[in-house]
Amino acid sequence: MSFFDRTAKSFLLVEIVKGFALTFSYIFRPKVTLNYPFEKGPLSPRFRGEHALRRYPNGEERCIACKLCEAICPALAITIEAEPRDDGSRRTTRYDIDMTKCIYCGLCQEACPVDAIVEGPNFEFATETRAELYYNKDKLLANGDRWEAQLAANIEADAPYR
Amino acid sequence: MSTEDKDVASQTKIKPFTMNFGPQHPAAHGVLRLVLEMDGEVVERADPHIGLLHRGTEKLIEYKTYLQAIPYFDRLDYVAPMNQEHAFALGVEKLLKIKAPLRAQYIRVLFSELTRIINHILNVTTYALDVGALTPALWGFEEREIGMEFYERVCGARLHANYFRPGGVHQDLPAGLADDMYEWAAKVLKFVDDMESLLTENRIFKQRTVDIGIVSKKEALDWGFSGPMLRASGVPWDLRKSQPYDVYAEMDFDIPTGTTGDCYARYLVRVEEMRQSARIMRQCLEKMPKGPVMVDDNKVTPPKRAEMKNSMEALIHHFKLYTEGYHVPAGETYTAVEAPKGEFAVYLVSDGTNKPYRCHIRAPGFAHLQGLDFMSKGHMLADAVAIIGSLDIVFGEIDR
Repeated sequence: MSFFDRTAKSFLLVEIVKGFALTFSYIFRPKVTLNYPFEKGPLSPRFRGEHALRRYPNGEERCIACKLCEAICPALAITIEAEPRDDGSRRTTRYDIDMTKCIYCGLCQEACPVDAIVEGPNFEFATETRAELYYNKDKLLANGDRWEAQLAANIEADAPYR
Repeated sequence: MSTEDKDVASQTKIKPFTMNFGPQHPAAHGVLRLVLEMDGEVVERADPHIGLLHRGTEKLIEYKTYLQAIPYFDRLDYVAPMNQEHAFALGVEKLLKIKAPLRAQYIRVLFSELTRIINHILNVTTYALDVGALTPALWGFEEREIGMEFYERVCGARLHANYFRPGGVHQDLPAGLADDMYEWAAKVLKFVDDMESLLTENRIFKQRTVDIGIVSKKEALDWGFSGPMLRASGVPWDLRKSQPYDVYAEMDFDIPTGTTGDCYARYLVRVEEMRQSARIMRQCLEKMPKGPVMVDDNKVTPPKRAEMKNSMEALIHHFKLYTEGYHVPAGETYTAVEAPKGEFAVYLVSDGTNKPYRCHIRAPGFAHLQGLDFMSKGHMLADAVAIIGSLDIVFGEIDR
């Protein structure tokens, strides 16, 4: 670049003007921001959000207390206690997930042989107190009932890849 | 002036002035605490204090099975999670003497390069933010968000992927993802051009970066620099070329190098690396074969779900793998990958049990942070900020 070229560019603020022109052109492009609580980004069927315990269509809970999720959990967030129910079937008496420990790695849902514990599409479960994040079995089953339609659809959609 | 006054003057002269920079400083990129000895506004000595984000990852991994250790790697350099997993997966594969199927290798390279782009987008744009340019960061996060959507589609999380596993990758690409990624790999070049037209020739940006924090070739090698830090000083060293892992040997790409070794050169190297990464992504997607994405050995990788629900043997394997995990033959390995920030490596010692005996993590940022002292010596305080930005440090990996 010759001396004159360089000097002219320097005095005419060429690169600054180019930058402003580019920035200005963005004003006319469509907006990319989302108005969050009303608009949300897309989620894939694989999304790993809030946990839920699912039930079979007849209302029977899926979890058979095999404790695979408890064993695989790297953060030791899951606590399970189990004993046979009155009808002889093995079920959990306690199923706690400490959501403050959970790292949402998805290994529990991977390990679960009966698709009982899943990480659902819900990511809006912030609470005001810590204690509310210590989920027990009732809370997890309630989550399952609330999200079942979408959970089932997600598992269905992802089934060919699993 | 009497002798007494002179004494008072010499005693009250505060020099050098010691100043704390961070750990709560917006330009400190995380929890860096920098003790600066200043002469006026000139840095005489910069002493980085680390450890504020120490979580004991290496020790924790000694108590986890090989499968459980993977999520910890996402949380080291949380800006480029999959590259870390890549190092660990390759290390375990080396000890197990298995090789991931070809398709899995392509997927891993594809996502490593995607990660490199989104890492460099974050670094370059926040670097511009540090030296006074706001707009690139606003635009950059839009592109980065698209990259993280690909993450989310393939593994279910925007950041902490837990996707690369010893023996392959967790799941195959969902339908349509490959096409979208191919399209984006072309589109991101437009973003890189736009960002360059805002920064590369910009006089303010150049005034803040050119000739700041110069690292000579020798210094870069002496201090153990790697990645863009080393290449900006003119050393064409890249593990993807010098000791190719997975399918990098089949990829056609160039290694950008700088000549001056200053902050500006590092910026230029990163920008060019984004273009090269996009090129590798496109090649991966063009060449990607069909086939399995996990080694077909149920002693190491869990069986397919449908199989697990019907076959007793598969169910036993499933239970075994998710409780005890697999036993890795005794041995040790140092496995390095070219992470966006430099040479990220895992030194893994196995004693034949299901848990690593020792897992040392070699973080590139750690070596780079050591160089901060000699790089910022004699520069102004504001230049120290520019140097920190150009180091591309993330405290997750430095403090581990």
